[in-house]
Amino acid sequence: MFPNKLLSSTMATISPLLSVKPTRGLVDEKIQIIVRNVPPRFPVTLHSLFHSEDKDYWEAFGHYTSDNRGTVTVSEHASVGGTYEGTEPMGLLWSMHPAPGSRTGLRLRKMNVLTPMVVHISVYSGHVTEGFSKQSPLATVDIERWYLAPGVRRIDIRDEEVKGTLFIPPGPGPFPGVLDLWGGGGGLVEYRSALLASHGFVSMALEYISTEKNRASNLHIKYFEKAFRIVQEHPLVMKDSVALFGLSLGTSITLHMAAYSKAVSPRCCVCVSGMTDTELNTNYIFKGGRILGGVIWKDIMLPIPTDPGLKVDMGRIKCPVILIVGEDDQNLAAVESAEDLTQMMRAAGNEHLLTTFRYPGAGHLIEPPYTPHVRASKFMVHQTGEKVTMLWGGYPKPHASAQEDSWEKILRFLQQHLYPSQDSVPKAKL
Amino acid sequence: MTERAPSPLLLIHPSRGLIDEKFSVIVQHLPPFIEITLHALIHSDDGDLWEAFGHYVSDATGLVNVDSNASLGGTYDGLEPMGLLWSMRPVPGSRLGLRLRKKEVNTPVVVTISVYRGHMGQGFNEQTALASVVAERWYMAPGVRRLDITEAGVTGTLFLPSGPGPFPALLDLWGGGGGLVEYRSALLASHGFASLALEYMTPRTSGDSTSHVGNEYFEAAFTLLKQHPQVCGDRIAIVGLSFGASVALGMAVYSTVIQPRCLVCVSCSHVQPVKGSLSDVFADISKNAQNTRYDEENRVIWRDLLLPIPTDPTKKVDMGKLPCPVLLIVGEDDQNWPATESAEDMKQMMEKAGNSHLLTTLSYPGTGHLIEPPYSPHVRVSNFMMTQTRQKILVLWGGDTAPHSHAQEDSWKKTITFLEEHLYRTTSVTSQSQL
Repeated sequence: MFPNKLLSSTMATISPLLSVKPTRGLVDEKIQIIVRNVPPRFPVTLHSLFHSEDKDYWEAFGHYTSDNRGTVTVSEHASVGGTYEGTEPMGLLWSMHPAPGSRTGLRLRKMNVLTPMVVHISVYSGHVTEGFSKQSPLATVDIERWYLAPGVRRIDIRDEEVKGTLFIPPGPGPFPGVLDLWGGGGGLVEYRSALLASHGFVSMALEYISTEKNRASNLHIKYFEKAFRIVQEHPLVMKDSVALFGLSLGTSITLHMAAYSKAVSPRCCVCVSGMTDTELNTNYIFKGGRILGGVIWKDIMLPIPTDPGLKVDMGRIKCPVILIVGEDDQNLAAVESAEDLTQMMRAAGNEHLLTTFRYPGAGHLIEPPYTPHVRASKFMVHQTGEKVTMLWGGYPKPHASAQEDSWEKILRFLQQHLYPSQDSVPKAKL
Repeated sequence: MTERAPSPLLLIHPSRGLIDEKFSVIVQHLPPFIEITLHALIHSDDGDLWEAFGHYVSDATGLVNVDSNASLGGTYDGLEPMGLLWSMRPVPGSRLGLRLRKKEVNTPVVVTISVYRGHMGQGFNEQTALASVVAERWYMAPGVRRLDITEAGVTGTLFLPSGPGPFPALLDLWGGGGGLVEYRSALLASHGFASLALEYMTPRTSGDSTSHVGNEYFEAAFTLLKQHPQVCGDRIAIVGLSFGASVALGMAVYSTVIQPRCLVCVSCSHVQPVKGSLSDVFADISKNAQNTRYDEENRVIWRDLLLPIPTDPTKKVDMGKLPCPVLLIVGEDDQNWPATESAEDMKQMMEKAGNSHLLTTLSYPGTGHLIEPPYSPHVRVSNFMMTQTRQKILVLWGGDTAPHSHAQEDSWKKTITFLEEHLYRTTSVTSQSQL
């Protein structure tokens, strides 16, 4: 991939020392990058490169100038150009984008969580903006980014109709549990559950919108209740400490279950980028057409209906809820929906259960931190079989900040509510 | 089903680290003010179990953090964030004289860290832990490449850092135990040095079990490094421990082929027949075999075999002729080699000759002979196989666990800094390093 141009020792007047720590980290762990031993006040480019499972190349870069000691410390020095600017310790990861010449509409998702993402971090001489593959870097360090901590077990769940993957932390337990629901993109997406298990939660990633031809989607509430029970009844799970975690359509399902299910009762709910529509079968969304070369679904859902029959009755919610909203969400009317559901809870007297975090400039896909943001990507509309380019919204820097901050708040929320405390009255305050 | 109490949350960070990286161990969601034991367990490549443990008390919020809480007892005590690793010892009932050495460097050392209720001292395998996690400790960073070397008559393993290179390089020489020991080189490559772990003591290398390799073997190894396309030929150093350090000193002074930029000599002596080969060194030592002493448990103390330090200049390396900087690492409780006496004599020789500005000595009280990369267990005694007779004996290395472990941590850090200073700086350094 790199032409192996070897610098002869007479040419090698610059031998920088590039260190990245940790060399093997979890996806949500920060890295420290330090370049030493370049000349003082010398321009360098820090570059990251990742070859995805789909065989695409993603990269990011920042332009720096070394200090008087010939050092660049990414956590302290500002990037003056590149795919990110300013003092951004994690910029080389979250600002990655497909390398020039790549296919369009890509999204970076790790489907095999048993292996790490391997990222090559390099330092180049000068302020380089393109042609990284044609130059030899001064130094390169490889790092691994894992969704799975050592000792976490991965178990396929094919229990009657339920299809999912269960992740169990190491140790004797018992542990709190999470049922992890992604959105309308469907399929079985494991990485968030793997990461939750690496933080001490038994977590099941559930498939409910099938991407296989011979398997039907199942949006019936009984399907989710069955899945919830699988987590709850696992011998290593504390049965009164199981949460629901939803993103997008997964949020609708989460709120629906929390309000209406007679069979299961989540201890708390995490709702990311979602709405309160009651129709678990989302056929009504597909009346929309293409707009501006992509698909923007947000406006199709507005205005929020006033008819309570079309929304989850938030007054029936009895457990703490954390709501994460990107203010530039172009996929769902998340902001308007958040306001509406807050009012519903206020009117019902249970608003104390709700904690909302709104992030300006963040889009729809608010995921675990330090992975690249995409403003739009290719999306398969399963119900119609169409492939469209979906506009998710958000801008790289504010979206990355939202991912970092919301993940930390979500973990703290889950810990606070899923570990029994002296005070048994659930509080949503963090 | 009765509801069990929740498992406290035990977090190790990083969960996958290099051998010389620190980690944090935090336990949360414990009841407040309870006694717990933190326990670490390794199942070695040889099938033995090693363990360490520390006694703690949770604070008012139910938290224990080894970075800020002191251990009240166990295999280590006090504020010792890495005590769970360096204070490990074989579990009760293990074979005698064990030493923990990783042979397979492509895989990590897997450590199971657990929390137990109460202050326990034994019987860990009979109790259920409150929580348990797994940490990996690696000698090789991602991207480091391992290459078998069998050319030019040289047997060894070369580790190359990730990246295009070229890199400064190290010739890595272990001691009289022989064999091909790779882990230090793997770790040095993870710090940016191409490192050749050299096998030179075993019969396979020299073809005949009673003879040793000649000086030309080391020169061939050095030349191989120098000519390697991914090595900066003028930036090669030698890292040696024990016998390996003796070889390093002799070669640096007397060989016209071996011209290292600097030397790191751990637990060594300059006492050897001048311009002698390895065979000569062994022969000389054997002559003093009657100086072997034994401790109260009949374990072998070999430090006197090279004592007293000779005044005859033909019997020791002429340190006044050493052309490059040397970092000398000395354990003051070394029971295997007279490292302290040798260091003192080397210093005097260099002061007399006017090149003592090249010498940096790190001397550690309570520290034995086997000064290795940090956070792996210290052993005061272990089995040793005599290369010639194949006899197994118990050798006393010396050192007490806590000071020896601190010495490993401190000397390793200073070794890396010293090597970076002399091998990565663009101008050659001849003054004493500022460590």
